[in-house]
Amino acid sequence: MKVSESWLREWVSPNISTEELVEQLTMAGLEVDAVEAAAGEFSKVVVGEIVSIEQHPDADKLRVCQVAGGEDELTQVVCGAPNARAGIKIPFALVGAKLPGDFKIKKAKLRGVESKGMLCAQTELQCGEDDDGIWELPSDAPVGTCLREYLNLDDSIIEVDLTPNRSDCLSMQGIARDVGVLNRAPVTPPQMPVVEADTKETLKVSLEAEGACPRYLGRVIRGVDLSKPSPTWMQEKLRRAGLRSIDAVVDVTNYVLLELGQPLHAFDMQKLSGSIHVRQSKAGEKLTLLDGQEVELKDNTLLICDGTGPVAMAGIMGGESTAVSSETTDVFLECAYFDPIAIAGRARSYGLHTDASHRYERGVDYQLQEKAIERATELLLEAVGGKVGPTDVTELTDQVPAERKVELRRHKIETGLGFSMADEEVVDILTRLGLHLVENTDNGWVFTVPSYRFDISIEADLLEELARVYGYNRLPTTNLEAEIKILPRNESKVGLSALRQQLVAQGFQEAICYSFIDAELQKVFNPEQAPIELQNPISADMAVMRTSLWPGLVQALQHNLKRQQSRAKLFETGLSFHSIEKQVPMLAGLMYGNRQPEGWSAKGEAMDFFDLKGVVEGLLDITDQDFRFVAKAHSALHPGQSAAIELNGEIVGYLGALHPQIQQELGLNQSVYLFEIEQAALAEAKLPAFNPLSKFPEVRRDLALLVARETTADALLDGVKAAAGEQLIDLKVFDVYTGKGIDAERKSVALGLTYQHPSRTLTEEEINSSVDAVVKRLEDELGASLR
Amino acid sequence: MENLEALKQQALELVAKAEDMAALDAVRVDYLGKKGEITALLKGLGKLSAEERPAAGAEINKAKQEVQDQITAKKTAFEQAAINAKLAEETVDVTLPGRRDEQGGLHPVTRTLQRIEEIFAVAGYSVEQGPEVEDDYHNFAALNIPDHHPARAMHDTFYVDASHVLRTHTSPVQVRTMETQEPPIRIICPGRVYRCDSDLTHTPMFHQVEGLVVDKNISFADLKGTMVQFLRAFFEKDVDVRFRPSYFPFTEPSAEMDIQCTACGGEGCRICSKTGWLEVGGCGMVHPNVFEMSGIDTEVYSGFAFGMGVDRLAMLRYGINDLRMMFENDLKFLKQF
Repeated sequence: MKVSESWLREWVSPNISTEELVEQLTMAGLEVDAVEAAAGEFSKVVVGEIVSIEQHPDADKLRVCQVAGGEDELTQVVCGAPNARAGIKIPFALVGAKLPGDFKIKKAKLRGVESKGMLCAQTELQCGEDDDGIWELPSDAPVGTCLREYLNLDDSIIEVDLTPNRSDCLSMQGIARDVGVLNRAPVTPPQMPVVEADTKETLKVSLEAEGACPRYLGRVIRGVDLSKPSPTWMQEKLRRAGLRSIDAVVDVTNYVLLELGQPLHAFDMQKLSGSIHVRQSKAGEKLTLLDGQEVELKDNTLLICDGTGPVAMAGIMGGESTAVSSETTDVFLECAYFDPIAIAGRARSYGLHTDASHRYERGVDYQLQEKAIERATELLLEAVGGKVGPTDVTELTDQVPAERKVELRRHKIETGLGFSMADEEVVDILTRLGLHLVENTDNGWVFTVPSYRFDISIEADLLEELARVYGYNRLPTTNLEAEIKILPRNESKVGLSALRQQLVAQGFQEAICYSFIDAELQKVFNPEQAPIELQNPISADMAVMRTSLWPGLVQALQHNLKRQQSRAKLFETGLSFHSIEKQVPMLAGLMYGNRQPEGWSAKGEAMDFFDLKGVVEGLLDITDQDFRFVAKAHSALHPGQSAAIELNGEIVGYLGALHPQIQQELGLNQSVYLFEIEQAALAEAKLPAFNPLSKFPEVRRDLALLVARETTADALLDGVKAAAGEQLIDLKVFDVYTGKGIDAERKSVALGLTYQHPSRTLTEEEINSSVDAVVKRLEDELGASLR
Repeated sequence: MENLEALKQQALELVAKAEDMAALDAVRVDYLGKKGEITALLKGLGKLSAEERPAAGAEINKAKQEVQDQITAKKTAFEQAAINAKLAEETVDVTLPGRRDEQGGLHPVTRTLQRIEEIFAVAGYSVEQGPEVEDDYHNFAALNIPDHHPARAMHDTFYVDASHVLRTHTSPVQVRTMETQEPPIRIICPGRVYRCDSDLTHTPMFHQVEGLVVDKNISFADLKGTMVQFLRAFFEKDVDVRFRPSYFPFTEPSAEMDIQCTACGGEGCRICSKTGWLEVGGCGMVHPNVFEMSGIDTEVYSGFAFGMGVDRLAMLRYGINDLRMMFENDLKFLKQF
């Protein structure tokens, strides 16, 4: 909300500077976002009047004006504004004037015609946003007066960013109340007399929406003259609050909204037919709003209707068909209380947000309506005349909110705020805020809450008010005291930080990618799975929740390849989203480029699958669990270079080279190696369990076996382990060879077997018989032959 | 015997001239070997009288020893030279870089989060996590934000379906913890959160760390103390901290926390928009409605909660001036941390 300091000071004027006021508001929870001058810095600008005007002899777009208001009776000024015409009053910058931006006005010749001064637009004086032409001042503006004085422009506009609980401060009255409390300064509202009725005319109102509209005040005003504008002072206050002057009726209702916080609406009386009904909408009803858009109503919208149907969306916006226009002579003024629950969310559901809906959904003082309608009537009559009927109050008394009582217990102040506040201070602060002490109890007090404070309903709310007015920073600050307990520490748990650290030590950089990605990219990586879609994505490339961390990492790779990088090792931790029930924490990595960073000793070899697998094995080794790698196709991976990672027979991850087709589609020159593992699979490690060391010698036997090419190393190793007996303590594949000297269908695999007995030396016979058993088994099961 | 001296001289001359091990060995064989010329003289001793024999023998042995000593000395010199030659050959340029992969690094957000977790862990806080696609109840209703509450508009929520959202804060984790754990509770909840907002100073995904303490007799003063201590520990500086009244539906009283600008020390600069203060988070006493919904007795327990933007803390800590870099994953950015 934009608060003009000078307007505020009409209500309450503590003896503090603008800076102090701003600091005070912010520290009281009414956060000031910005403070701006009401006008730019300028001097020697007066109210001028264009007395006569002629076309410039040599320029189509320029006119030569004779302007009153300067030092001479008339001053000649060349002006290009389209709205320049004789008879209007305008800001006139005299020769010697200084305009915002240190712009000096000098005598000049424009296309040969002398010009002494300048006629200004709002923007040129930084007084507003209107730069369609020169600023037309009210016709009663006194010619020759300094513009700053005339419009009281030495003012600050304080922009207060109000939190949704403080609807009571969405008006000058509300801000003044808080400033009064904070400074112990008297608040002096303007006189707001009751306007006596001239006629007896009323319009019948029936309230048919249970609970939603318990009070509706209406007033008939006939014979208004809308050719008259609203007064300048009012327009100027509206301008400083960020509102444009429309016509006297709209200006007055806006003014009362800003002044008191009560929205009002004026109908063209002659366009209403029958009586007023306040009711809930039926789905499918239609209403054309003031802004010209036709909306099809849902079934939960509170409406103001006349005999023919909806004429306004209650508390949000009026309808076009009954809107006040320049021809309007008779007005029906509406001032109602709507339950916040009945308005909340409705404007948003139609894509609307208005000053009225903003206030109604947060809560408008339910006792403010009489005051507001009298104030509006008074201001309207002053501006445009007319004969008024009586204020007609329609009320469902039992539905008007009841006054709330809140108990405050003394000990809750001490336990809640950490110190005991003196009783007198408690009562003083709350009373100044408009609460009434109704009862002193043994433990504390009972207060009633003023009708404008929708945010106070429980004891904690009173504590906040006490803290706020007393000052958060004056409240004590203590060290939290708590028991110190030594808790069991699970040594088997592998922290994510240990996994991260291992990757970092191997040259991986951690990336953080968005959790939402392009639906197309998602499909490329995981076509089988329908991702969770966002209903309101911020853009198409952030539209679906990722089901894998790979697309993000590959995009990060692409980003870097475009920036002259040729090698990347990246990892990320985060959720992959398979369904609402299945959001799985993953650890994923990407490797691209040469095995070693470029350097004098690097061989310039590209990474391959086994560089990737080595990294993954390193991670798995931390846990010491029995993981297995199983060749398995994955839609994103090279069919011949992809493996599932299994733990206890369950797939917990995948690794492999990005599918060459995807690689090509994404414009990547080299193979991309990827892994992704469920964090849960890496979370538990075996505790080390000591094995006594054998003092007896190890014996090693090497076997070179010829097997079919598709026979896996795992099959060979499993066969060896099954046949070799307990004394086999180590087993390695130390060579794999295909090519010259070997059948093209077969490969040679060299295995190293190490034997050791815990308590004696193994005999040659024992070892030979184990090796024989191994060879036999491999021959029988895998068709292996010794080379 | 008369040529002993001449033989010795010959041998010594040849030793001096020897240029390699082979030449040296030839001298040894020719003069001192079994059939060597000096050795042969020893064989001639039998021809001498018993009286002459010891003196002559001693003299021959002396000459032999003299030659042998020279050979040994020369041999040692040869060996030393060979070692020196080898060492010279093996000399490397120690200024060339070592053979290794580059050092990787953690993302600044992770680095910051780990630091925050460590600071709170020392004070007995444990870390709790939760889902990021969250149900409406835990993200809003259980936090005292019913349907159509104006505070929902503060959140710019991403919707997944009628009853699920991308969590707009990590507060749902607090609710889930209160539902399952008995007080005393001391937790922090770090993680990704999402809001439908993207400009110079907002990314649609960012990181929060929230904290919750529930126990008997927890006061606003304890909250203030905890926050001041944390912020000073985090920035390793006695920064001024101020608390401003604010509004969150799930806390009452609520506050926003500002620290003295870390860039200008409170003088006012571009980073703090000339105010001298930087907003670092929100906090407050847990709202009784939230406790009630989570089944905690408000007459027995009280508590506080706080939340801070991790990305913002990281930016302040490391002087990062552009939020959007955070999730571009440019290696030139990442390698700086």
